Amino acid sequence: MRDIAVVGFAQRQMAEFDGSPTCVELLVPLFAECYEQTGWTRRDVGFWCSGSSDYLAGRSFSFVQAVDAIGVIPPVNESHVEMDLAWAMYEAWIKIQTGEVDTALVYAFGKSSAGVLRRTLALQLEPYTMTPIWPDTVSLAGLQARAGIDAGLWDEQAMAEVANRSLTDAERNDYAVRKGGSSVAELLARPMYADPLRKHDCAPVTDGAAALVLAAGDRAREVTERPAWIRSLAHYVDPMSMGTRDLTRSPSARRAGEASDLGGVEVAELHAPFSHQELILRSELGLGDDVRINPSGGALTSNPMFSAGGIRIGEAARRIWSGEASTALGHATSGPALQQNLVCVMASEGQDA
Amino acid sequence: MGKQPAAVIGVGQTHHRAKREDVSMAGLCREAMDRALEDAGMTLDEIDAIVVGKAPDLFEGVMMPELFLAEALGAAGKPLLRVHTAGSVGGSTAIVASSLVQAGVHRKVLTVAYEKQSESNAMWALSVPIPFNMPVHAGAGGYFAPHVRSYIRRSGAPNHVGAIVAAKDRQNALKNPYAHLKNPDTTVESVLASQMLWDPIRYDETCPSSDGACALVLASEDVAAASPNPEPMWLESLGFAAEGDGWKLTESGATAMDGKLPVNCSGGVLSSNPIGASGMLRFGEAALQVRGAAGEHQVDGARRALGHAYGGGSQFFAMWVVGSEKPTN
Repeated sequence: MRDIAVVGFAQRQMAEFDGSPTCVELLVPLFAECYEQTGWTRRDVGFWCSGSSDYLAGRSFSFVQAVDAIGVIPPVNESHVEMDLAWAMYEAWIKIQTGEVDTALVYAFGKSSAGVLRRTLALQLEPYTMTPIWPDTVSLAGLQARAGIDAGLWDEQAMAEVANRSLTDAERNDYAVRKGGSSVAELLARPMYADPLRKHDCAPVTDGAAALVLAAGDRAREVTERPAWIRSLAHYVDPMSMGTRDLTRSPSARRAGEASDLGGVEVAELHAPFSHQELILRSELGLGDDVRINPSGGALTSNPMFSAGGIRIGEAARRIWSGEASTALGHATSGPALQQNLVCVMASEGQDA
Repeated sequence: MGKQPAAVIGVGQTHHRAKREDVSMAGLCREAMDRALEDAGMTLDEIDAIVVGKAPDLFEGVMMPELFLAEALGAAGKPLLRVHTAGSVGGSTAIVASSLVQAGVHRKVLTVAYEKQSESNAMWALSVPIPFNMPVHAGAGGYFAPHVRSYIRRSGAPNHVGAIVAAKDRQNALKNPYAHLKNPDTTVESVLASQMLWDPIRYDETCPSSDGACALVLASEDVAAASPNPEPMWLESLGFAAEGDGWKLTESGATAMDGKLPVNCSGGVLSSNPIGASGMLRFGEAALQVRGAAGEHQVDGARRALGHAYGGGSQFFAMWVVGSEKPTN
């Protein structure tokens, strides 16, 4: 396998983006930041891949206008996944692995505030027996949280601890939509939202976009002295059926962890849009208490649909660039109740080095 | 390690119809997948990863349907990718699937592309009002008529060339058991006499709205060598272009079944258009030709074939070239 690193990352997260659902206006400055970080122009980018959702944008082919942000005359080599940024990055990583290209810029965007997000996501469910009763995302997560509490795997106190740590860490994140820690007792005194979830247990509806830059070998070393070399990249999916799944588990997350080299991971950015989901992920990935979780504040403090997973990888990569960590993990999830999961482990040392 | 060769060892497609009310979305995909797996002599359990492609989710009314389909598509516990690059998606999906093999990450990849247009209304799904854009409400035809008009003006192509293409493809479709349209009486004259829809495009020059799916099994060199099919095809990367003179080829009969460069022997998109699957059908049909497995619409001795797909406002393009021999580079 080729040594490929994350060498660029740009993001925007906001409660409400005052612009079009295609987010072209948001992507142009993001690409500019990536060019500045790398010293590249768009002609240095060998492959482009984007992630977005037509349902979120409320129209077909929403990604078509987004390519205007690239400027595609002459034409560019590109693709698009109806998935989170993390999977767009996976496709780009594969493309670089084939040897056809050495560099890639991947991006994703989504204006969650354009509709009622929890209802929009109900359209993601099995259309014959589930969608007609409109089970919304928050309610489904509530069922999952309740299942874990009933099984004695976690309690509301543990969930509040996750939320308090996230809100406290988010104070240092300029892009966080929700921030400000207090105390577990104070959080537990707040009203229920979807029992047993309180509002701070649920990711805020967030608009935003993000971009990651990948480069192989010397192309990465030309950009930075300390690239975040991708040591493992793996993803799996579980069946959706909520009635037959053990909601307290996420076999696809476990499998992605088992397929990865998790040795020496110091920092993990976990894409957990609900507080109890962080507890499930930590358990499935076998992350010990010595692993620093979500120093960015994580998805509980801002969760732009279709880029939040990739932002976890970008946040983890930043910790390697800065020297804060030498091995870091980024995780992304998709589908209801942690159905699909991706794990990306990055390290300051490449495998060839 | 470098780029690994990838071979198509299984091709499957559904019978394409206006409404496949006998199957669900999952059933439609499985019909194509099961044929591809049978062709490859493989079971779903042996597959390492699944790559799904389809055009806009609004065509069926389910957001990211691959999530609810995951188990039916045999993806549970495996990596699952979902590609969407507008009308070119069937081709792009096959390219992503072959990249998984070429990258050396997987050895056996199944890819499936589908559209079940009868679940909703594509014309409506393509006509959602967009702020600051002039509403067209004319579906794809309204979008492409100016492109066709522009081509005719620049190339000097006579007006009946489109009708030659339509008549040829409809006749070819009669030899393809999976094709949607079976109109034995179609001639150049009958096409030219059909209703004008989006000047200069006439009714018989347009594709049907189809329900359908296409699946391919892609494999690494060692797996392909052990495949029961004696002539696996090898993907190559090539460019292909012919500008301004394309219509002359058509008019001369060179693109007919017995011509020098037969085009769309299956009847093409003009005879079946399950949008998300259409690109993969082109790729799959190209593979069938070089394997000598295209049945009645086989071109004798075809050794190298091009699969081509396009989408969006004629702006997304995907292609692959397959050959009966392993590439040397």
